[in-house]
Amino acid sequence: MIKNSILIIGIIGLFVFAMFGLTILPKIYIEPNVEKADVYVWGRAAEGHKVYVSHGCIYCHSQQVRPKGFGADIERGWGRASVATDYKGLTPHQLGTMRTGPDLSNIAQRQPGRDWHLLHLYNPRTVIKESIMPPYPFLFEIVDADKTLKEGLKLPPEYQIPGKKVIPTDEANALVDYLLSLNQKDPIKPQQN
Amino acid sequence: MNPSNTTSVQAAAVNHSEDSLELDAKLDKRSSFIVVAFILSGSAWLLLGSILGTIASFKLHIPDWLGESAWLSFGRVRPLHLNWMAYGWASQVGVGVSLWILSRVLKTTIPVRPWLFVGLLVWNFFLLIGGIEILMGHSRGLEWLELPIYTIVPIVLVILLAGEAALAMLHTRKTPHLYISAWYLIAAFICFPLLGVVSSLPIFDGTVQAGMNWWYAHNALGLWFTPMGLAIAYYLIPKVTGRPIYSYPLSVLGFWSLLLFYNWNGFHHLIGGPVPTWFVTISVAASVMMIIPVVTVAVNQHMTIIGSFEAVKYSPTLRFVVFAAMSYTFVSIQGSLQAIRSFNEVIHFTHYVIAHAHAGVYSFFTMMLFGAVYYIMPRITNWEWHSPKLIKLHFWLSASGMIIYLVGLQWGGIIQGLEMNNPDIPFMTVVNNTKKWLLSRSFAAILLTAGHFVFAYNVFRLMHLRKVRPAPPVTWLDIQRQRALEPKAEPASLGKKVTSAFSNLNKSFKRWANDVKVDEH
Repeated sequence: MIKNSILIIGIIGLFVFAMFGLTILPKIYIEPNVEKADVYVWGRAAEGHKVYVSHGCIYCHSQQVRPKGFGADIERGWGRASVATDYKGLTPHQLGTMRTGPDLSNIAQRQPGRDWHLLHLYNPRTVIKESIMPPYPFLFEIVDADKTLKEGLKLPPEYQIPGKKVIPTDEANALVDYLLSLNQKDPIKPQQN
Repeated sequence: MNPSNTTSVQAAAVNHSEDSLELDAKLDKRSSFIVVAFILSGSAWLLLGSILGTIASFKLHIPDWLGESAWLSFGRVRPLHLNWMAYGWASQVGVGVSLWILSRVLKTTIPVRPWLFVGLLVWNFFLLIGGIEILMGHSRGLEWLELPIYTIVPIVLVILLAGEAALAMLHTRKTPHLYISAWYLIAAFICFPLLGVVSSLPIFDGTVQAGMNWWYAHNALGLWFTPMGLAIAYYLIPKVTGRPIYSYPLSVLGFWSLLLFYNWNGFHHLIGGPVPTWFVTISVAASVMMIIPVVTVAVNQHMTIIGSFEAVKYSPTLRFVVFAAMSYTFVSIQGSLQAIRSFNEVIHFTHYVIAHAHAGVYSFFTMMLFGAVYYIMPRITNWEWHSPKLIKLHFWLSASGMIIYLVGLQWGGIIQGLEMNNPDIPFMTVVNNTKKWLLSRSFAAILLTAGHFVFAYNVFRLMHLRKVRPAPPVTWLDIQRQRALEPKAEPASLGKKVTSAFSNLNKSFKRWANDVKVDEH
């Protein structure tokens, strides 16, 4: 017969053992080895990170590049292999587990244009015909053309609204700032482990 | 342990003596209100979650549908689907069913029932608020942990309260032995509150947070849903078939190896990720070792049910439970294989993993819960299900929906992964080639949602349409008893079978010919 105490102590013991191994040990082991991040999210880009989280971009886009020889991430031009330093101090982390769309670790290298990103957010199909990404029209304001001096998006003819301009909101601009900060042009020396 | 004790432990679940039946009826009466409350509440979340899941699925091939609304954008509907299914449907019905099973196997009443009911109300309130927060874009941004801290913590505390009730029942139990289902349930009730509290601590960021995230998410499946599901299977299979569990030592091995290995699985979600390789290696090894508890449980449950497979035809409960138990073996062995680096290289980041998660939470756990609800509700409400046909319809909608879901998305996911790892194929081609599989998933989503509405209607009818008492169902145990009384019929020889088949065919042909004649006149 199994005693209550053995059952309970056994369960808690095994749980805490693994918890230590998978949460506390990484904290002790990984964190001191992480150098100050070169790619640091700050200013309006930090606001953009919040927008990125709020709209759940993580459910289709990862932000981790697997090393050479493991998948074809590097060959696809998605950047160099990610290291812990890339994510220093970032919360919530957005490493992601899904690539319905491509990895975004190095998106600013592949798409450096601000206008491209704004069009793509307003409706992805304005720039990529077969895209299945959701549109984000709510990050834009549609204003009467004669009531604003701001420049509207240069939409393809079939997406234009007569007499109106499509103006990005602060949220949209912050998100684009964040996406443009995802740039791995500077190599980071690989972590020792 | 002496042998006589072993048999008494094994026989605990199939003890049908008069005294025990009377005691069970008394216990059921006391647990009735609170268990029904948890089951009804969870079922409501199931309907909401199904609608959200279907919307999310359709959005992947009709991306502009409902595209004007931030609240209904894919990136918000999809996590809400997960949260309401996991913390609404699966957890609430799981808690209700678990408390009922504990009351039955420990022969004691569920304590603090009024407080548990208040807890359920609090739970629903915060789950609703948390859901609205996610739709408004205030998600925490961690998968499986999207609910804002101030909404997840009260939910964890309510589960802690249920856990305290479980431990109190362990303390006041009237049975000298602990049946295997009780071990699993105690483990679930101890582990989940610990998981919930640790994952809510604000001490994690960057890669370490990613590690914590997957430690949590995998354990929510492995140490919360899985033990509850196995406890249900270990309780219901002997109950329905009238046979004791095949082996006590195997149960012990299965239980402790599950706890030892499952705990360490989390980092296999970060294979190839920015964490030291040896952390990942530990998780890969533990994932492969999961074959031990899985095969142990599979053998134990299969050996218990073998020879009674026919019972699946008579018992709706067993139909669901057997489907779920087989899915558990399938999904777990698949999980072990997925953790192996060469296979993970292909399927990581693809739709395959989504299908795998559904095989776990749906094919295994949700089907197990359906089986449990179909067994428990008549006993605690003292009322029969009205329509066995509708239960059958529910089963086939759920089962076929899930099979279409898994085959489509896993096949499509492997193709997606292989193409993604070939840099010569443009990424847009990879996306285009997934579209038809995403479409097949939407078809599956419709079947599953339809099944859930049939289930909800069955429950609604049992609770509210009580004019005419339905006929009591024929249980497998009744059939066995009746067969034992009947003189054994001579097994028909092959020759006889063939002649009778021909004569049947002949009869039906004649009937058909007559119908045709009638039509002509």
